[in-house]
Parts: sequence; C-alpha cells; structure tokens
Amino acid sequence: MSGSGRPRLHRRVRVGAALVLAVGALASLALEEDAPAQGGRAGLEQARPGGPSADEQPTAGPVERPAPGLEPGDPAMVAQGRRLFVDGCSSCHGPDARGVRGRGPSLRGVGAAAADFYLGTGRMPIDDPDDEPIRAKSPYDPEQRRALVAYVAQFGGPPIPKVDPAKGTLSQGLELFTEHCASCHQVAGRGGMLTGAVVPDLQESEPETVAEAIEVGPYLMPNFRGQFDQKELDSIASYVEYTKELEDRGGWGIGNIGPVPEGMVAWLLAGGALLLTIRLIGKRTPT
Amino acid sequence: MIRRAVGFFDDRIGVAPGARKLLRYVFPDHWSFLLGEIALNSFLVLVGTGIFLTFYYSPSDAQTVYNGAYEPLRGLSMTEAYWSTLNLSLDVPAGLLMRQTHHWAANLMIVAITVHLLRILLTGAFRRPREINYVVGVTLLALTVLEGFAGYSLPDDLLSGMGLVIAYGVAMSIPLLGGDLSFLIWGGEFPGSAEFFPRLYIVHVLLVPVAIAGLIGAHLAMIARQHHTQFRGRIATERNVVGYPLWPGYALKSGGLLLVTAAVLFLLGGLVQINPIWQWGPYEPYLSTNGAQPDWYLGWLLGGLRLMPALEVQLGSWTLVPNPFWGGLAFPTLVFLTMYAWPWIDRRWLGDNRRHELLDLPRDNPRRTAIVMSYFSWVLVVFVAGSIDRLYFRSTIPYEAQIWFLRIAVFVVPVLTYFAAKRLCEELRDRERHPLRGWNGKVVRRTPAGGFETLELDEGVPAVDGGNGRPGAPSEEQEAGAGTGGR
Ligand code: HEC
Ligand code: HEC
Repeated sequence: MSGSGRPRLHRRVRVGAALVLAVGALASLALEEDAPAQGGRAGLEQARPGGPSADEQPTAGPVERPAPGLEPGDPAMVAQGRRLFVDGCSSCHGPDARGVRGRGPSLRGVGAAAADFYLGTGRMPIDDPDDEPIRAKSPYDPEQRRALVAYVAQFGGPPIPKVDPAKGTLSQGLELFTEHCASCHQVAGRGGMLTGAVVPDLQESEPETVAEAIEVGPYLMPNFRGQFDQKELDSIASYVEYTKELEDRGGWGIGNIGPVPEGMVAWLLAGGALLLTIRLIGKRTPT
Repeated sequence: MIRRAVGFFDDRIGVAPGARKLLRYVFPDHWSFLLGEIALNSFLVLVGTGIFLTFYYSPSDAQTVYNGAYEPLRGLSMTEAYWSTLNLSLDVPAGLLMRQTHHWAANLMIVAITVHLLRILLTGAFRRPREINYVVGVTLLALTVLEGFAGYSLPDDLLSGMGLVIAYGVAMSIPLLGGDLSFLIWGGEFPGSAEFFPRLYIVHVLLVPVAIAGLIGAHLAMIARQHHTQFRGRIATERNVVGYPLWPGYALKSGGLLLVTAAVLFLLGGLVQINPIWQWGPYEPYLSTNGAQPDWYLGWLLGGLRLMPALEVQLGSWTLVPNPFWGGLAFPTLVFLTMYAWPWIDRRWLGDNRRHELLDLPRDNPRRTAIVMSYFSWVLVVFVAGSIDRLYFRSTIPYEAQIWFLRIAVFVVPVLTYFAAKRLCEELRDRERHPLRGWNGKVVRRTPAGGFETLELDEGVPAVDGGNGRPGAPSEEQEAGAGTGGR
C-alpha cells in the first residue's frame, strides 16, 4: 500500500497472528471431535482393576453399572440406599421419595430405569432444581449408586431395560434413530439445541443409557415406552454405538456436524492459504 | 519452432500484430487484484470435477434399495439420486475425491467472490466507467449462490432435503404468486413430482453454469477493454496503465495461481471431509435433524429466517404475507438490490461523477469505507445468527436470549462498525499524510549569523500531494496511455 515504509516485521507478525487464530479455531474443532473418544478411554482405564485411582474416584462411566439382574429386595442394600437418599436426595425428593413441591418430583414408581439413568449419568443429584439435569461426574461410587437404585426401585416401576447392540441391525437403527431421535440429537448423535433445552450428544452414552433414556424420557425428551420391540431397541443402541466411530471416509471429519465447520475450513484454511499466496506473488505497494 | 508456427499463421491470416498486442497487454499488479482470479480458478476446478460427477449421478426419484458395502444403509430404500451419489462417494474410484473437491471449490469460489466484492467496494473500483462490470459481478455472485444451492440439493440426502423444504416454504411465502410459482418449480406439492430432480439437475449442470461462464467472459472482456484500475503510485496516474505485460509476466503469475488454487482444493478434497452424505442418510419428508445447516453462503438466509420476529400480514383469515417471506426473500432481495444500486448511491452521496481509473485506498475515503464495513457487518450478524445453534449449543445461554441479543446486535453492530471504521481510516490517512511519519530525528540548521538552531518540525514541512487530493478531471481517453510496461 502507499505506506511503503511500513516495517516488514509488522506484516509478518500480523500474518502470524492471523494464522494462529485460524489454527486455533480449527484446533478447537479437533478437540471437540476427540473429546468423546478420550472420555470413553478414561472410563475404561478406571474400570480396570488395580488401575490408578480406581477406588477413590467414582466415575460417571457406565462400565460398572449395577447388574440388570439385581436382587430387588436385598434388605442391606436398600437400607444403605435409604441412608444415602436421606442425605443426598431428600431435600428435593422428600425423605420417603414422595417429592417436595417446587423442588423435585416423587420418585415412587419411576423405577430402577429412571434411577439408574439419572444416577449413572451423574444427572442426579443436581444443585438447582430449575436447571436442566446434565451429564456430570457422579459423587457416588458404583456400589453406592447400586444401593440408591435399589432403594428407588423398591417403590415399583420399570426395571433397567435389557439391551444388546450386537443383536441389532445397524440400518434399522439408523432408520429409527433418524425418524425418532435425530430431530433433537442430530442425525449422527452430535446433539444440538432446542427451545428450552440443550440436547446432549450421545458419544458417551452406553447402550443401557440409551435404553433407559428411551424408557424414561428425561427432561424435555419424550418417553418412548413400549414403542420399540427388543430388536428395535437393540438396533437403535447399535446405531448409537456406531456413531461414536463414524466412518469418515473423506478424511478429517471436522466434528461431523455439517456445514458450519466446513464453512470455517473454507474461509480459514482454503481462504487463508490462498490469501497468503496472492500476498506473496502480488505486489504490495503501488508503482 | 514456435517462431515457425507463429510465422505459419502470420503468413496466412496475419496474427502477429494482434498477438503482439495481446502479449504486450499490461496488467496493473497488486495482490488484491488476484482475488477475482481465485474465484475464476475455483470455477474451472468446479467445471472439471463437475463433468466427472455427471458420469455417475442420476437425477431420479425412483426408489431403489441400497445393497452396497456401507453397512448402516444396507437394505434401506432410497431414491436413485441418493443412491447414485452414495455409489459415487463410496464405490467409484476417486469419486469421493472429486465430489469433495467439487464441494470445496464451490465454498471457496464464493469466499473469493465475497472478498473480491469487498475489495471492489472499499477501493471504489465500481465507479464510473465500470458500473456495468460491477453489475455483472454482483449478478455472478447471485448466480453462484443459486448454483451452490442447486448442487447441495441434488444428492437428496437428509440435509439437502431439509434445505429444499425451506426453499419450498420461502417460495410459497411470496405474496399472491407463491403457491403457483412453487407448484410450477416443483411440479406439484412438496417434495414435488418426478420432474423435479431432472429439472434441478439441468439448472445445475447447464443453465446456471452456462450463464456464469458467459458472464465471466463478459466480465473479463470488459476489464480488457477498459483496462484494470490501479492504485496511485510514483508512475501510475489516471492517464496510464502501469504493470506487467501479459507475456512474460502476468500470464505466468495467473497460471501459477491457478495451479495453487487447484492444489489447495484437491488437498482439501482428499484430506478434509465435506458433506458426508452417507452419514446423513436418505431424505423423507417426515425426517429432520437438529442443527441442519445450509452451506456457509446461505447461512445468512437461515439467519434472516431465524431473527425475523413472527410477523405476518393478515387480511381477515387469509395470510397475505407469511413469515418466511421477510427473512428468506425480502431480506436477501434488499441486500442484493442495495449492492446493485451501490455505484449510483455512492455517486449521489459523495457527489462525484467523474471517471476514475485510479483506485482509492480504503483510508482515502473514510465515509465510504465506514458505510461498506457497516453494511457487511450487518449481513455478518445475520449470518452468525444462522449458525448460532451450532456455535453455542454448549454454552449455558438460552437459545431465546441469544436470538434476542442478535436481534439487537443487528441494529447496534453496524452503527458501531461505522464509527470504528471511519475513525480508523481517518487516523491512518492522517498518519499517511505526514511525510516524515515515523521519523524522529532532528533537523539542525545553520543560521545566517553562523550559529546553529533546531527546527520545529511541525511547521515548514512542504505539503505532499497524496492522500485525498486527487488531481482535477481525469483524462477521458485513458486508452491512449495504455502500455506503460515494466516497472
Ligand atoms: C436440587 C434438587 C434435587 C436433588 C438434590 C436431587 N434431585 Fe432428583 N430431581 C430433581 C428434579 C427437579 C427432577 C426433575 C428433572 C427432570 O424432569 O428431568 C429430578 C428427577 C429425578 C429422577 C427422575 C424422576 C422421573 O420422573 O423420571 C430421579 C430418578 C431422581 N431425580 C433421583 C434423584 C436421586 C437418587 C437423588 C439423590 C442422589 C436426587 N434425585 C437428588 C431435583 C433434585
Ligand atoms: C424432543 C427432543 C428429543 C427427542 C425426540 C429425543 N431426545 Fe433424547 N434427549 C433429549 C434431551 C433434551 C435430553 C437431555 C435430558 C436431560 O438433560 O436430562 C436427552 C437425553 C438423551 C440421552 C442421555 C444422554 C447422556 O447423557 O448419555 C440419551 C441416551 C437419549 N436422549 C437418547 C435418545 C434416543 C435414542 C431417542 C430416540 C428414540 C431420543 N433420545 C429422542 C431430547 C430428545
């Protein structure tokens, strides 16, 4: 430009800064993409017996969830569950799980499915009853969660559903998921926004969690109780499993959420590279 | 050898004078003049890869069943359009590379046109005598966006179907004509009759591309005829053209840029995934996905639809103007009409009807720069609104609050941008004017009496003809000065 005396260094610094910004934006995409995978791995590591911090760190990882065939009435367990419940849950759900108006619903009849879903994903306990419960690290260890579930389960309600992704068909899962779940969870299970709620992505959801969510219908999600037979349930679970490792045949998947990151790549990567090119081959000051 | 060949033709049809003139043709040189070439190069890549795609794509909504290698879709019934795109992506050798490169090239082409347009607006290149070419350029932008949308819709996957639903809704919302018009285009109620995909296909591979190619030809021919504008320099004035000759010089540069553009696009096509339609699955009118988005260049239309409050014009129980009309049609029409009218608005507003062969630096004309930036920031806010759910869905701010925030920002940001840009330009310009900018030495002068004194620099500095003060009437026949070659 006409200020031909502008020191070169500044120009370099500016170009550098632009590059750093661009790379940063892309890196954040990359991180987002990797995050679930790492989460899954961490969960597995903690599950390994004798692994570091396996004991003192209760995990939200559903690897150690209560066995579906849990003895419904094991009195010692129910008693332990009741103690924990009075301590941690009664402020909202009442001392005998009948609910507290304005703070939390009654848990009588929600069953082991709901209890295991809310506890296993760390959604309960929450701090503010007006917030949307979101996936979090559970403050309870697996055994305590089992006890709490046993306590809630004794009031009746649906048990933890059985599900086996291996028995499902991927394409049936994709079809059902697209029809019933994608409008909220995005077709590849990447989550999204609804008026009034954030819809979580499903990369951390274990098959049991999926089956429970279908049974329970947490928060704004409708419940699909009785809508799917066992085969269909297995298929949906197998599709959700599949979305954790989508086939990115075209290269780097940039988050698998469609055109927004694609636009960023077009502007920052392609646009940036070509802008640098023309800056190099074109003149910068008039003759 | 070449000499012989040229001699052969010259001997018979006398090409030498023409060729000499052509090769000596002078191009002013500045990096920002190459932005348009990136768009042109992307177009060439698009045509090349597009031809490859036509060998495999089938624009038919006949139902077939997928039995290919990709497991999640095996056994599903789908249209041939989707099936053939799947097959092209997953089974045809190099098919995915071509498809992805094609898509990246479309995205890049519109990036390049947008930045090129910004350069034209900021430097005043649209002024007399180049208004016609400017109008051609804006038309090219509109056509390219339309072409991109048509291409995005062809694979008939979940996202393209959802895009078409929105387009259908917007078309239906045109007052009075909407219903008939959309029936005409779709051949019936959504998703349309069997003719719809063949129609869309012809639009995408023939009508619009030919129009684009023709307009690009006109665009370049007019540049050749009028010569490219240039920035004021030591030699460059309103009356001459200073730059490199076509050969050897500009042609090599342009050719190199073509190769770099193609290389970047094919690299992206091979390494970065774009629109993985096999992950989206086939479309049915009752299906939808959260966070569906158009390609980036239509994001501002989605944003317009989103930001517009639920306003409709009712006549009794009859809706004259349905809501999608505002964001989906009125807003883009306004944006494009303003762009088309810009040369005339600018002329009125700045009271400048002279011919201009020299460009302004953005800072030379703070008012124009400020208004252009303000205008772009306005569109940008609406654009951001289009992708807000994807960018911020992890944040704790509720969606409604974000929408309201953006509704206010639509008015506030352009005003702020206006003043910020104006201020910045004025400051840059003032700094530029000072011939000793950045010099902090001292001038010591010997007085007649024999002593020494230090000069105060603020006075006594000769005024420099630069910055704003353009000389009076520029020459009417700039053609005469053409050909100041070299540097
Ligand atoms: C701060 C108040 C609060 C605390 C503490 C709390 N909850 Fe809740 N709980 C709620 C609210 C509010 C809901 C309703 C949320 C919803 O609709 O998703 C809920 C829902 C539930 C549900 C699902 C009920 C249904 O209808 O499906 C279960 C199960 C549950 N809580 C268990 C627990 C357990 C176990 C604890 C103790 C570890 C606990 N909660 C602690 C407020 C609380
Ligand atoms: C109306 C929108 C909606 C639909 C439809 C919907 N969900 Fe959900 N889903 C939600 C919301 C919102 C949450 C978060 C609930 C919460 O915060 O407690 C959720 C949570 C979940 C979770 C728990 C995620 C975790 O943290 O692990 C799973 C699993 C899930 N949904 C699966 C499904 C499946 C499978 C379907 C289709 C059969 C489906 N959802 C349909 C809105 C929806």
